[in-house]
Amino acid sequence: MVENDTLALQTNNVYVHYGSKMAINNVAVDFHKNQVTSLIGPSGCGKSTFLRCLNRMNDVIDICKVQGEFHLNGIDIYGPEIQVENLRKQVGMVFQKPNPFPKTIYENVAYGPKIHGLASTKSELDDIVKDTLNRAGLYTEVKDRLDDIATGLSGGQQQRLCIARAIAIKPEIILMDEPCSALDPIATAVIEELINELKENYTIVIVTHSMQQAARISDKTAYFHLGEMIEFGITSNIFTNPNHEMTEAYISGRIG
Amino acid sequence: MTDLSKRLASEKRFKYFAMFAMCLSLFFVVILMLKIFTTGSGAFIRTTIEASVYFDPSAIEVTNESSVKAINKASYVNLADQIVKDNHPNLSDEKFILVREMYTRKFDFQLRDYIASNPNIIGKTVTMEITASSDLDQIVKGNYPRDVPEAQRKINDYQLSVLDSLDADGKISSTFNLWFFTNGDSRDPETAGILGALMGSFYALLICFSFAFPVGLLASIYLEEFVRPGKLTDFIEVNINNLAAVPSIVYGLLGLGMLIGVFGMPYQVPLVGGLVLGFMTLPTIIIASRASLRGVPPSIREGALAVGATKTQTVFHHVIPLSLPGSLTGTIIGMAQALGETAPLLMVGMVAFVMDIPGGALDPATGLPSQIYLWSESAERGFLEKTSAGIMLLLGFLIIMNTIAVIIRRKLEVKW
Ligand SMILES: Nc1ncnc2c1ncn2[C@@H]1O[C@H](COP(=O)(O)OP(=O)(O)OP(=O)(O)O)[C@@H](O)[C@H]1O
Ligand SMILES: [Mg+2]
Repeated sequence: MVENDTLALQTNNVYVHYGSKMAINNVAVDFHKNQVTSLIGPSGCGKSTFLRCLNRMNDVIDICKVQGEFHLNGIDIYGPEIQVENLRKQVGMVFQKPNPFPKTIYENVAYGPKIHGLASTKSELDDIVKDTLNRAGLYTEVKDRLDDIATGLSGGQQQRLCIARAIAIKPEIILMDEPCSALDPIATAVIEELINELKENYTIVIVTHSMQQAARISDKTAYFHLGEMIEFGITSNIFTNPNHEMTEAYISGRIG
Repeated sequence: MTDLSKRLASEKRFKYFAMFAMCLSLFFVVILMLKIFTTGSGAFIRTTIEASVYFDPSAIEVTNESSVKAINKASYVNLADQIVKDNHPNLSDEKFILVREMYTRKFDFQLRDYIASNPNIIGKTVTMEITASSDLDQIVKGNYPRDVPEAQRKINDYQLSVLDSLDADGKISSTFNLWFFTNGDSRDPETAGILGALMGSFYALLICFSFAFPVGLLASIYLEEFVRPGKLTDFIEVNINNLAAVPSIVYGLLGLGMLIGVFGMPYQVPLVGGLVLGFMTLPTIIIASRASLRGVPPSIREGALAVGATKTQTVFHHVIPLSLPGSLTGTIIGMAQALGETAPLLMVGMVAFVMDIPGGALDPATGLPSQIYLWSESAERGFLEKTSAGIMLLLGFLIIMNTIAVIIRRKLEVKW
């Protein structure tokens, strides 16, 4: 297996502290191109914290200190020459609660391309918006109301709009923090389907509380417990034949 | 059971107390309003005396061919006197003075304006409604009693008899006093208007807004979005809250000492008054803006940051548009407060007698509340009406501004 060629993001020796409280303790996970990696574990184990290190969203939190190695295509993303805005263009993010801007559907998708200068004319921008909404499987539903305020969409539509907003700037990696936890099973199924399709072009890291979801959509799974990564491997192996007894306990519902 | 009935009784008692308190405060408001409206409504009416006016060319310095400028410059005092004499023939000099007092002193200005707006009038005779003097006006309105000894009256027995005969001829009438809305201040109550003060307040509030709103907004954005919370921000926060509670006269002193004393800005102008009102409203605006910035959900900021927006882009593209209604509401409420503030205006001299209507922020002016204050100081009954009418106007503006603030806030609530 020539896995090294397809490595998108490599992390090693990661420690995160909130003030003096340790949230991530010596974690190392490698993310491969065009794969879906799930992060699972009981509440408060540090999944979101770890995920937010990958696009430096933790920079916003004053008391949060991140240490460790993070290499995106071999480049240290915490390096001094890295501009965090450019990093976030390469590593997009979708949040737990759909958070579309209270602007029109069009503007939500167009915002990223606009600030990164991806379109030089209005028609180019129109094309990007249309294409992006198509890839997010939302275009047919909203094509007649692109100028409506996005907060009027259903929860599932809003979340797909947030995915569209993230992929509009053509990132390499998409981070998703429990993207379906606020959605009903049908909307969840639509998003899972979408994730499956997006895998063709993107590397996806997803935090989820649903073991079934992790099993359904991910290629690799990492199990976290109290800030440590207990086990990391091919999803089917983790679910059928975990190496670690804590993993097994969690999967079988005895922890969490 | 008894326990419950006791509780119900005490609940009833409490309800009655609350109702009583509300009725009491309502009662005082109603009394205040009634008082203001009954005294103030007279200001909108003025008494006029019908007279036939012959524009005698020999008594007028200008001709029908004169320019408007020349017409405006010329004096019409003699013409005014002559018209009074024409309408009251065979008066002794002494009686003439008494009769002339019944007409407004500004009769000549009324004639000038008439000539200026009616070309080719010179040499002709028209019937005009001439404004009566304030004292006569008050007698006609019944605000001055007639049945007191002559020495205690401003209108003596002879003038009363003239008035009665004019009235019998149907020459006394009352009209809407447009002058109250179109004139500046005057020594004579019958020609005094509020427009000068209104414009003074308008320019002052304009300056206040253009200074305090951007400064307050930026300060709140800096404190809320850019600076890390810590000892310094706590210190600033405490001070801002303190400043919001500082008596307004202190800001007036600041304006006097700093703007006029140190920077040499002129006395008595809306520019300085507006800046002082701006200092005063700044804390209110900052507090309101910070609250509305805090009300913008963090998820919006994260959404923008996550697509690679810079902090500044996030704030200006997403946060400010959402917080603006709240900031504006705070600003309008602060400005409504500023509009009613007298003390700062007193300190920077916006309380002098100004006849001309200010044409800009650098012209000498009074403000609405200081004009009310000036009129209330005056002993004449005619100004008492104006005082109340001025208060009515001020209250009207306050209601309008606060209503706008409420509407903006409603709009905001619909959004979230
Ligand atoms: N902003 C913060 N300040 C201080 N401590 C924090 C902060 N965010 C998270 N933590 C702490 O870090 C630890 C990990 O939190 P994190 O949100 O990463 O957990 P999680 O695995 O995502 O949990 P969940 O499944 O409930 O979302 C928790 O103990 C939490 O209390
Ligand atoms: Mg989480």
